[in-house]
Amino acid sequence: MAKQTASQTVGPYFAYCLTEAERYGGRDIASNVLAADGTLGHRIRIEGRVLDGAGKPVPDAMIEIWQANAVGRYDHPEDTRAQAALDPSFKGFGRAGTDANGRFFFDTVKPGALPGTGWAQQAPHVNVIVFARGMLVHAYTRLYFADDHEANAADPVLASIPERRRGTLIAERRQSDGRVAYRLDIRLQGEDETVFFDV
Amino acid sequence: MPENRVPNPYRPRDWGVHPPYKYDAYGSTKLRAPSKPLVPLRQTLSEITGPVYGHDAVTPLDADLSVNARRNGEPLGERIIVFGRVIDEDDRPVRNSLVEVWQANAAGRYIHVVDQHDAPIDPNFTGAGRCLTDNDGRYRFVSVRPGEYPWRNHHNAWRPAHIHFSLFGASIATRLVTQMFFPGDPLLPLDPILNGVPDPDARQRLVARFSIDETKPEWALAYEFDIVLRGRHATPME
Repeated sequence: MAKQTASQTVGPYFAYCLTEAERYGGRDIASNVLAADGTLGHRIRIEGRVLDGAGKPVPDAMIEIWQANAVGRYDHPEDTRAQAALDPSFKGFGRAGTDANGRFFFDTVKPGALPGTGWAQQAPHVNVIVFARGMLVHAYTRLYFADDHEANAADPVLASIPERRRGTLIAERRQSDGRVAYRLDIRLQGEDETVFFDV
Repeated sequence: MPENRVPNPYRPRDWGVHPPYKYDAYGSTKLRAPSKPLVPLRQTLSEITGPVYGHDAVTPLDADLSVNARRNGEPLGERIIVFGRVIDEDDRPVRNSLVEVWQANAAGRYIHVVDQHDAPIDPNFTGAGRCLTDNDGRYRFVSVRPGEYPWRNHHNAWRPAHIHFSLFGASIATRLVTQMFFPGDPLLPLDPILNGVPDPDARQRLVARFSIDETKPEWALAYEFDIVLRGRHATPME
């Protein structure tokens, strides 16, 4: 069997290729805007900061998100569920670099619930991958939505996490000027460290 | 596929190969390494899916870094060809999958605004490229050989020449960001980032092989760099 190729850090200089190519005269093929004009579903902003073990903002992290559309369907050939339709205007992948204050945001739609292992349904969630200088391996986490009380309570992945750490994955809802935002900080290290998964 | 069945999961990340989060010789890991054990996660549709890019996402020019940022001439430096295959642990080609690369210029300077190394920017070189693997998992870039450059990790710290690679494979489980190095670089044994890889063989696999066969006479040296992503278990998970 072939051996996996080892991971290395994304380093501090990825922006001109991965997140801000246009700024350097190139072309972006992913951005932090996932929802287009015709995309179905509730418009939301997902926002937060990446913080290090000293609680300081990480200004050179890259966050990627991967999510289902508003009815819980992934735009991928292996999601073949007939009862949840694809939305041609929604790919479900986003990428953002953090700013000088460690902040990131995505403009997207709220994902629908989807099936998990066995018969268990998964609560609406966004899959999150964290990369940064100083991280030799990327880290996987998830973002759930605070107002999905019932669905979150039944979610098998949340249930697998010690209760006192679940909150690190649950984004708080805020509404201002008719816009809905969910806020979640990613803490790389320490007492309130975000739950990272061995995917 | 029954509604309750998840397609075959991916094999786990090989922690004998990948670096740990915390690696003392690489100072920036100190405050950025998760300190609690990773929480096990049975793969679901969320993990075995991921973004899929079609051929409309890239143009042939994207794969030629020696041309794609020209303004008034050719970039300076030694032209190189970098090629290889992306396969999985079972030697299956990873087809039609996005490969992104970025690098310093021949003088060891990144175009990135944050890079303040006292070496010249090349007006005809950005150092970013992308392509899709073909049906055999093959990719190919043309570029210029990146220079070594200093960093502040420790006294007299220099990064060996390298090219950053970003790969998706078919799912977010196969996501990989890595770096390709050049054979014979005297800085390799001194690099805390490369040395973060615990297994010497796995470190060696991050070093490209010089290929005289793919070297183009009177034009450019060629370096071969194969990449192995996670494979899949043979049976579905109920």
